[in-house]
Amino acid sequence: MNSHSAASEFWSGARDTIPVIVGAIPFGIIFGALAMNAGLSVVATMGLSLIVFAGSSQFVAAGLVAQGAGIVVIIFTTFIVNLRHALYSASLGPYLSGKSQRWLMPLAFWLTDETYAVVVQRYARDDGSANKHWYHLGSSVAMYSNWQLCTVIGIVAGTQLKGMADWGLEFAMVVTFIGIVVPLLRSLPLVLCAVVAGGVSVFLRDWPNQSGLLVGSVVGIGIAMLLDNGSAKRSVKEPAKGAPS
Amino acid sequence: MSYWQEALLILGMMAVTFGVRYPVLALSGRVRLPTWLVRALGYVPVAVLSAIAVPIMLAPQGSIALTMANEYLVAGIVAIVFVAFTRHLLWTIVLGMAVFLALRFLT
Repeated sequence: MNSHSAASEFWSGARDTIPVIVGAIPFGIIFGALAMNAGLSVVATMGLSLIVFAGSSQFVAAGLVAQGAGIVVIIFTTFIVNLRHALYSASLGPYLSGKSQRWLMPLAFWLTDETYAVVVQRYARDDGSANKHWYHLGSSVAMYSNWQLCTVIGIVAGTQLKGMADWGLEFAMVVTFIGIVVPLLRSLPLVLCAVVAGGVSVFLRDWPNQSGLLVGSVVGIGIAMLLDNGSAKRSVKEPAKGAPS
Repeated sequence: MSYWQEALLILGMMAVTFGVRYPVLALSGRVRLPTWLVRALGYVPVAVLSAIAVPIMLAPQGSIALTMANEYLVAGIVAIVFVAFTRHLLWTIVLGMAVFLALRFLT
């Protein structure tokens, strides 16, 4: 059998995604539990995983719901948190040029940090395969199925353990963000970006619907860009091992 | 949140998420993103995640609490130091949660 057939590409895409899936499992479960404790319904919690499918913004949304943020703020924050996907799309797009909407739409919907990290390596490997998009599909489907399963487990855990709200699950979100952000702070502009964004949003924490965090983020990004103006060399930063999408 | 609000939230989140992922994927063979935008996008995760996490650490009850009695702050600092040296996300979460829960329930 041809090792570059559609089916074999699909399965190797799924298989190569297993390591990053292992890293995503705790996040899926914590998300489910966090969302339940934030007061979201089972349908809404599952709905977020099924039709939004964006790990870190689902996390953020659950946390913001718990803090009483407004819907517009949550949606706008989701937009900001997901903006990095535009980088991934820009990177993968050229490999998919000429593909029909039947391919582009689902692959765009299923785009995550994990799948990007896995498939970009496959696309870059020049072995003449005409079915690399099947590899992309295999990785996407594996990631998606696992995320649904973990969300269900988290929902069950969140419903069974009623006192979980008192455990301070929002700290699970804080410590997750610490684990993602700190390894990224590899230059002075990045450190300042974190300090300024964090500091400003502390001062603006009483603004309605948590809108202060948006201002804090924009100010932090602005300061960092002023600082590294000129130092052009830049690569897409890799997330820490097992970072959620 | 009512069911209507939840539905609105999910549809809105879906729209902005797909709205970021799809157009660039479909067009990027033809269109180039401006350099300043690419640079700004690189700072987004650090900025947003810090802007969410830092206020919870420093002021979990609303007012700023820079004391050892603030378990969010203490466990957060432990996690920052640990991940700075190990760069391992999963163990950082496990350790951070363990310190946080120990401080909350054992003290």
